[in-house]
Amino acid sequence: MRVRFWGTRGSIPVALTAADIRDKLARALVAASGRRFESYGEAYAFAQEALPFSVSHSFGGHTSCVEFETGHAEYFVCDMGSGARAFGEHILARQGERPATVNVFMSHVHWDHIMGFPFFGPAYVPGTRIRIHGCHDILEHAFRLQQSPPCFPVSFEQLGATIEFVRLAAGKPFHVSGLSVTPQLQRHSGDSYGYRFEIGGRSIVYTTDSEHKLEDRVQTAAIVAFFRDADLVIFDAMYSLAEAISVKEDWGHSSNVVGVELCQMAGAKHLVLFHHEPANSDAAIEGALRDARRLEELTRGAQPLRVSAAHDGLEIDL
Amino acid sequence: MPLSHRSYGAARVVSPRGRLDHDNCEGFQRDLAAQLDACTQEGAALVLDMSGIEYVSSAGLRCLMIAAKQAATRASRIVVASPQPVVAEILQISRFNLVLPVFGTTREALASISPQAAQAFDKG
Repeated sequence: MRVRFWGTRGSIPVALTAADIRDKLARALVAASGRRFESYGEAYAFAQEALPFSVSHSFGGHTSCVEFETGHAEYFVCDMGSGARAFGEHILARQGERPATVNVFMSHVHWDHIMGFPFFGPAYVPGTRIRIHGCHDILEHAFRLQQSPPCFPVSFEQLGATIEFVRLAAGKPFHVSGLSVTPQLQRHSGDSYGYRFEIGGRSIVYTTDSEHKLEDRVQTAAIVAFFRDADLVIFDAMYSLAEAISVKEDWGHSSNVVGVELCQMAGAKHLVLFHHEPANSDAAIEGALRDARRLEELTRGAQPLRVSAAHDGLEIDL
Repeated sequence: MPLSHRSYGAARVVSPRGRLDHDNCEGFQRDLAAQLDACTQEGAALVLDMSGIEYVSSAGLRCLMIAAKQAATRASRIVVASPQPVVAEILQISRFNLVLPVFGTTREALASISPQAAQAFDKG
């Protein structure tokens, strides 16, 4: 089982600016501190191993799109944010002439989670099957609406793939192509749904655009049960805790601190911070990761919790 | 969690003890609200002496945030004093130090409220 992150940013896609690149280069040169590199390979290795991630890399700017490669011939993906464009290219390159079958699971239909679909190449290939799963009754309407005038020049009806919408219900397990998935209602404007996936003895929780307040014991217990012993929890950590419970309260997002607490309560093994705030620099996201790891260290129980921050292109093998 | 307090001039120092987490935050919030009511009646600021707190979770921090909002609506204020190293680090990690003023000692916290409060503290 491989989890591949095609888009990890919240709300709106972002890109590095020229000033950002200059800043990274300047920091790298300072870090090199007069060091001499005899080859590109030596310099590359230095950049890879000696520099902080936020200097040598970027967390990326595409909005939510996370693929689960299960070993099955079909594709599985959560959300169709702007990362879906690159995901579509990946499918087309891998499939060659063979049409693909793609299973999509939608957390909700806010724009940043559907905006990649009009640029999802396989949707234009006849013979492709796309099943879009979700719990919202406006699921199909939202996808059609964004491909209606004046929003987009290609209408939904012109897409070559066979597209079906599959309605799921919160709390009810659903089985598709060897994968078991259970949705859970989450606190977000217009509602969102988290998904717990089970396959081959592994479990993954995808919980984005969800404000976990932890002020209600019953609700907290339900979330902990949903996360229970998960191998991987992909978690909306858009804000700091202070933001999430003050100026950005009821904006529908969570924090790195609450992610660590919930995963510890649930005995989850690996927390991945996700849905990064678009205003945050690479250094700020790296700082949020450092803080989350330190909190885990300070509050660790019997079982350590691994903590990572998702970036576009990250692959995690389970 | 019983909340003891001492008054120093125009400041009431409240000293919770133990852990502040999901298990006891509701009671703490009630007790803190009562202390805040007393501060409002006295025209005093509230200094939360955290030296007796071993750990604070997000639920506990939410209680502080609610109290801070209540204080703001009453033209009062809350400041945090003397957190143990672990709690101080949690306040930084959660960015709470950007929301509530945090002071290393109770005296520093009182001095931020008024010189008289700090002097009263010095006199014991």
